[in-house]
Amino acid sequence: MREITLSKAVNEAIAEEMRRDETVFVIGEDVAEAGTPFKVLSGLVEEFGTARVIDTPIAEPGFMGIAVGAAMTGSRPIVDLMFGDFIFLIMDQLCNQAAKTHYMSGGKLNVPLVLRTNLGATRRSAAQHSQSLQALVAHIPGLKVAMPSSAYEAKGLMKTAIRDNNPVVIFEDKLMYQDKAPVPEEDYLIPFGVANVKREGSDITLIGTSSMVQVAEAAAEILAREGISAEVIDPRTIVPLDEAALVASVRKTSRAIVIDEGHQSYGVTSEIASRLNEQAFYHLDAPVLRMGAMDVPVPFSPALEDLTVPTPEAVAVQARRLCAGEMIHAA
Amino acid sequence: MADKAKTNTEDYLRMFSQMVRIRSFEDNANQLYLSAKMPGLTHMYSGEEAVAVGICEALKTTDKITSTHRGHGHCVAKGAEFKQMFCELLGKEEGYCRGKGGSMHIADQSNGNLGANAIVGGSMGIATGAALTAKLQGRDDVTVCFFGDGATAQGLMYEVMNMAALWRLPVIYACENNGYSEYTKTEEIAAGSITARAEAFGIEAFQVDGQDVLAVNKLATELVGRCRGGEGPFFVELMTYRYHGHHVGDINREYYRAKEEETLWKTERDPILRFRGWLVDQGIASEQDLEALQAEIKEDAENAVKYALEAKYPDTSEVDMHVYAA
Ligand SMILES: Cc1ncc(C[n+]2csc(CCOP(=O)(O)OP(=O)(O)O)c2C)c(N)n1
Ligand SMILES: [Mg+2]
Repeated sequence: MREITLSKAVNEAIAEEMRRDETVFVIGEDVAEAGTPFKVLSGLVEEFGTARVIDTPIAEPGFMGIAVGAAMTGSRPIVDLMFGDFIFLIMDQLCNQAAKTHYMSGGKLNVPLVLRTNLGATRRSAAQHSQSLQALVAHIPGLKVAMPSSAYEAKGLMKTAIRDNNPVVIFEDKLMYQDKAPVPEEDYLIPFGVANVKREGSDITLIGTSSMVQVAEAAAEILAREGISAEVIDPRTIVPLDEAALVASVRKTSRAIVIDEGHQSYGVTSEIASRLNEQAFYHLDAPVLRMGAMDVPVPFSPALEDLTVPTPEAVAVQARRLCAGEMIHAA
Repeated sequence: MADKAKTNTEDYLRMFSQMVRIRSFEDNANQLYLSAKMPGLTHMYSGEEAVAVGICEALKTTDKITSTHRGHGHCVAKGAEFKQMFCELLGKEEGYCRGKGGSMHIADQSNGNLGANAIVGGSMGIATGAALTAKLQGRDDVTVCFFGDGATAQGLMYEVMNMAALWRLPVIYACENNGYSEYTKTEEIAAGSITARAEAFGIEAFQVDGQDVLAVNKLATELVGRCRGGEGPFFVELMTYRYHGHHVGDINREYYRAKEEETLWKTERDPILRFRGWLVDQGIASEQDLEALQAEIKEDAENAVKYALEAKYPDTSEVDMHVYAA
């Protein structure tokens, strides 16, 4: 199978859906000629024109609100939010408006929009350009949240998101845009709420989101050399969450670590860990561990920033301790 | 009269040297990026020096400013030192923010710089709030809010200008119109007139040539004085130009900005060359004096870079320090 970058995969997904459905349009800052600062959307404006690839002023709440209104009236906007950190600017339009409209209208109005944005630290971009804020939106009923872990997921999840009748937030890891993965030429969708077992194992389950899937896989490699067999699962969407698949894996392995790049406290890892505790309690040999980003604003200095995110080595250390029975009483 | 002339000469030379210091800082920062010695990206202020210097030279140390992602110029102009600035740029412990902020958050807090902001328009509330403190506490401090033309698209600006006008706050909104926000021309993102938006709130608004440090300084001095007298807020649109790309990595930019346009601004309207010519014409300084001053500043900057490259990183124990105030 051909290999393409995550950036190209997103671009293809959007182009294909725009060809298929003329109500789909892209709106955001520097999305047209510039193709976004990460060049993910390059070429779209040439094919679809400026009426469907719309450059905006730096007015995030404004264009988010416009997208909500457009979505309620027959359009399918893809909102491009340059950095995930800017979600804080659009919170009202996203969480009070987009997320609640279907419910508040008794199911009569839909808001079929996609908010594509990004996450991820270690780009030396400091505290306002490095956050991973998926937990914030996952907390709000009415929003679906996808977290692609490779080019393959990025394309399949994007296409599903565009066809979904709800507001969907997609977080791409901005450090992964140039990472390649096999992606079929033919049309495919990845359904929401279906986890992917990336690697089978029997001693411990490592659940990772987005680029933390690679961290989990690298940790599994390290552990394999020591005779610890780790299963790696990628939930692919955190809302909806494929609880059944995660629970089944943990019932089999009896141990789990959940890894996500958002802050650890009150985060995605906490939510998944408590669901596992609730549903696999009698199968667990150790407490489910959470590994998120440190609870600090992301520091600029490389000497500090690298300490804040989970690494394969750190995951392996914790997995070893769990498998050795060390942390049974830790909680 | 003689005294006054002498003071003016000192002022002029300080303005000149501050502009040159900004340019030197940026030249070195760009070099650090190109030689892969600087973590991350940075936005160059080169070309806009007369804006920061013309305004900050009208301020006292206790006056406040808020800065932007393109903030090195404001930082220097408000009195910062090269060493701590380069240390910040490289993420070193001796940096103004102990390496936690980097280029986009660089600020010398002790000189009244409330921070550079990586959220476009993110400082408009902060600047207005600083002006509210001054008013509530009966201080005559003035706050200058620096932001770009692109930031005028942010709704926050209109909320805070409304309140600043209602409450007569001592704040000056300084819009650095460099013709672009990222890769887009200002005319494509700004409807109508920018100054008219401030005027709609009853705020007196001015447009000034941002490449003319004397014009900027004259206007700023007048407005700062009027702010101290309770006549604020004011709005100033400073027409200027950034010489580099949006950030140091924005190198192939002909798709949005012509080379000829860049050359024109650099050769015909450069704020340092213009002011230098004026200083010589007026007999305030000789070519040789200015040459020597520039050389001295260049050396200072290079020494500070050397120092910062060798300075130590913050200890790892600092990572969770400063999350909460004591
Ligand atoms: C709220 C927000 N939206 C978008 C960005 C990304 N961004 C950074 S600088 C910039 C352009 C700003 O243009 P302008 O205000 O004119 O300042 P300039 O860069 O020209 O100095 C953009 C869009 C951001 N940092 N914050
Ligand atoms: Mg600008």
